[in-house]
Amino acid sequence: MIREFNTISEVNGPLVFVEGVGDAGYGELVEFILNGEVRRGQVLETTDKYALVQVFEGTQGLTPKTTVARFLGRGLTFGVSESILGRVFDGLGSPKDGKPQPFVDKYVDINGAPINPVSREYPAEFIQTGISAIDGMNTLVRGQKLPIFSGSGLPHARLAAQIASQAKVLSSEEKFAVVFAAMGITFEEANFFIQSFEKTGAIERSVLFLNLANDPTIERIATPRFALAAAEYLAFEKDMHVLAILTDMTNYCEALREISAARREVPGRRGYPGYMYTDLASIYERAGRIKGKKGSITQIPILTMPEDDRTHPIPDLTGYITEGQIFLSKDLQHKNIYPPIDVLQSLSRLMQRGIGQGHTREDHSAVANQIYAAYARGKDARELEIVLGEAALTDLDKLYVQFADRFEAEFIAQGEDENRSIEETLSIGWELLSMLPRSELKRIRDEYVNKYMPGVRG
Amino acid sequence: MGGYIVRVAGPLVTAKGLEKPMMYEVVRVGDLKLFGEIIGIENDLVFIQVYEDTNDVKPGEPVENTGQLLSVELGPGLTSSIFDGIQRPLTALQVNTGDFLTRGFSINALDRNKKWHFVPIVNEGSQVEPGTFLGDVDESSTVKHRIMVPPTISGKVQWIAPEGDYTVEETIAKVEQQGNVVELKLMQKWPVRIPRPVKEKVFSDIPMLTGQRILDVFFPVIKGGTACVPGPFGSGKTVIQHQLAKWSDVDVVVYVGCGERGNEMTEVLIEFPELKDPRTGGPLMDRTVLVANTSNMPVAAREASVFTGIAIAEYYRDMGYDVALMADSTSRWAEAMREISTRLEEMPGEEGYPAYLASRIASFYERSGFVKCLGEPERTGSVTVIGAVSPPGGDLSDPVVQATLRAVQVFWGLDQQLAFARHFPSINWLNSYSLYLDRIGQYYNRTFENDWLQKRNNAMVILQREAELLELVRLVGYDALSTEEQLYLETARSLREDFLQQDAFDDIDSYCSLRKQYVILSSILLIHEIILDHLRKGGDFNVLIKNPIRERVSQLRWLKEEDVPDWDTMERAIVESFSEEVKARD
Repeated sequence: MIREFNTISEVNGPLVFVEGVGDAGYGELVEFILNGEVRRGQVLETTDKYALVQVFEGTQGLTPKTTVARFLGRGLTFGVSESILGRVFDGLGSPKDGKPQPFVDKYVDINGAPINPVSREYPAEFIQTGISAIDGMNTLVRGQKLPIFSGSGLPHARLAAQIASQAKVLSSEEKFAVVFAAMGITFEEANFFIQSFEKTGAIERSVLFLNLANDPTIERIATPRFALAAAEYLAFEKDMHVLAILTDMTNYCEALREISAARREVPGRRGYPGYMYTDLASIYERAGRIKGKKGSITQIPILTMPEDDRTHPIPDLTGYITEGQIFLSKDLQHKNIYPPIDVLQSLSRLMQRGIGQGHTREDHSAVANQIYAAYARGKDARELEIVLGEAALTDLDKLYVQFADRFEAEFIAQGEDENRSIEETLSIGWELLSMLPRSELKRIRDEYVNKYMPGVRG
Repeated sequence: MGGYIVRVAGPLVTAKGLEKPMMYEVVRVGDLKLFGEIIGIENDLVFIQVYEDTNDVKPGEPVENTGQLLSVELGPGLTSSIFDGIQRPLTALQVNTGDFLTRGFSINALDRNKKWHFVPIVNEGSQVEPGTFLGDVDESSTVKHRIMVPPTISGKVQWIAPEGDYTVEETIAKVEQQGNVVELKLMQKWPVRIPRPVKEKVFSDIPMLTGQRILDVFFPVIKGGTACVPGPFGSGKTVIQHQLAKWSDVDVVVYVGCGERGNEMTEVLIEFPELKDPRTGGPLMDRTVLVANTSNMPVAAREASVFTGIAIAEYYRDMGYDVALMADSTSRWAEAMREISTRLEEMPGEEGYPAYLASRIASFYERSGFVKCLGEPERTGSVTVIGAVSPPGGDLSDPVVQATLRAVQVFWGLDQQLAFARHFPSINWLNSYSLYLDRIGQYYNRTFENDWLQKRNNAMVILQREAELLELVRLVGYDALSTEEQLYLETARSLREDFLQQDAFDDIDSYCSLRKQYVILSSILLIHEIILDHLRKGGDFNVLIKNPIRERVSQLRWLKEEDVPDWDTMERAIVESFSEEVKARD
């Protein structure tokens, strides 16, 4: 059902009007042939008279009179098989590593389909990342979507790479894979990820989709969808535990805004389209577990917050969809603390069911809660100290300030190659809590204090 | 030639050539027969919002009328079920189409094969009117399903089925209406956008008890009332909605997950069958109807999902039940309206939302209420509506929040700072309000303890005083405060930590009975009064504040209901614990 037209009537930014089509399918794939070069596009609106097409590679050099628009009669698909592992693709799923097209088991629609909520398995399997601020305070579980909220200049790439290399599930050796989608990031950053995957040997188990900063902007709309189509295949048909890293979602959203502006749509906040929530959900909700299937998709999207503002539409809408966030802070970065995770602003919504007896350790929840409360109080007291001087603090508050300082230096901070077990993380927590008078530990049951507090043998 | 498509733009399809299109009529769109609804008619052009993904749909494909408004099926089998936004049963969809949702699959909301045991209660020859009970079906361990005469039917019962097992489609009664015989079944249909009729709305002062201390004491809602929970992400909206769905003292709960996370619905599906209804002891799932249209499911069906939910809620209300409807989140519903409005190229109002946003929101909340139901026997029922709102950046000037605040009586404002400090539920006690307070206060005073309202107000004064004092501390330091002021801070802290905070994940603390709430609150206030009195008589603050009874009070919330002493015992214990102090001083 391939039809060809040379009736392009209007070109506007990334959008092209093709007259006289009349039967283009919504979302249909279109190829534009100009002087031997082929560019791809997708139908955004179709009527009985014309079709409106967004061109992924941009419209530069496109001449309406001589360009042929070829409607392919199908949507965007990706050819999957296990041989995509270890391969590098561009943002539209074509091989970029100089090797031939991999063997294709089947073609899948890159948009996927929503998982029936009844079929979902609730994620509850603890993933040990070896990073105390995550494992101890904002635990990641299999099938979760947990984004990293970062800012320019912050080490989100290093953190994501560290998670990818250290993440493991306690007491199991299962098939895993990493799916990596780069949207508009620099060559350098992409290269950092590739090298880090090579170093740990994960590269053999990885599928990479690279749309770099100098690649076409509109292509970014499709890149995460290619990656997630690959992830779904590997997870739900090949029983693999897939870690999907999507970076940088801010660039994705900007591409979305560009199209919306070109279509002259009524803009929402800060010019982003009103349907951005729905659009982002169609990406993030593709994480999860399915009953009766062995594999899973755990998503770690990365986004840089413009001006470190968490109320900006991109982090804001993301936070409403994802199951928590890992929040990186400039303040901690300035104190030379790696990873600079602000645990108070971070959250893991699925933590409660992934920790405790049978998952991590029985005292985990209580310890985390107590540390949260103590750290929050210590930070408040520290602010008071800045305004009024140390003399204005009560003795207890002074202790809390010390707690906050040591917490940042000993619990949060760790080496880039340091892989702490959950037991190590919890013992550091107990060590810190032992600074405080026992009457302050209101959130921990006595039996745990007796059992785990250093120096106390009950 | 019938109708055909002329334009497809996302969820909006434009068609031509439809015969006698009707506003809000259901149509089947394209070769796949996707489910759609007419939302605009302009000369020959008909605008349709499509409830399924429109990928690959082309101009020229057919569009069929159905002659029916978007309706729900009402009958036994609604509770313990999970439906999508247009009432397709998700469990049956999974069986038929697999783990991923596929398009164009048509399926009945209620199982056509399942038989229900029907017990008639009217006699042949009796006159029935709309709403009159024809008989009963035991739908679940907790819900007796009343089979009612539909709202449009009245007349003489010509025939009634004997007790026995029937499917929802079998005739169970024949009613003669103006010479015509109408066959009635266990199931009836109702268009979702039209409120079901009642005799009248009546005044109510009965609280809907939630087992949540900050809600029941500080910002209560009545049965038949409305409340909203706005808050930024991560502030615990969904946990509060789940808590309400679990512990509210109502007969039926309708939970609408509108544009939210898939895993949250899964959580309900896993958790509710395990939990016990505190009133009946049956599984919570048996009284719960779930409507799930998650954020990645088609956007137009999100728009329909809240109406589907409220129509089901009204139906159970008509049986004489108290029903609570939770909608999480109404912001996603408003966004769906905005998306459709944009595609229709309507003139936008604030922030791109349609100009009719406020009136739609208001008319949705107005379907709540405490009512006298139609028909025999005389009875009352209620629908309480609680909507979560997700304003961008937590900014309360958002049009959806503002329109909602004009429509609801109770505002539970969630606070990000409290959430950061892991103070849950993170409802800000200084800016939240309930306009039902006086009514409910009188009800409590009448039926429970007669100083309830007084105590609640005293506690509020202490919390407000704390906010002022903390300002002062920030300027001059803690030591500059008088001991009386320091006591206020201490009492406020115990109010916050021992009363306002409640752990939704703790088996015991998750639900707190009214009696237990009263004992904890009264204890904190009494200790405050006694210490205050001692201070004025020259007592030593540092000694008084270390009285071990305070530790005992702070443990109360973790005690099982039966281990919590009654108030008289507790009161004596508190007074006694300070008597040493008195002796020492005297």
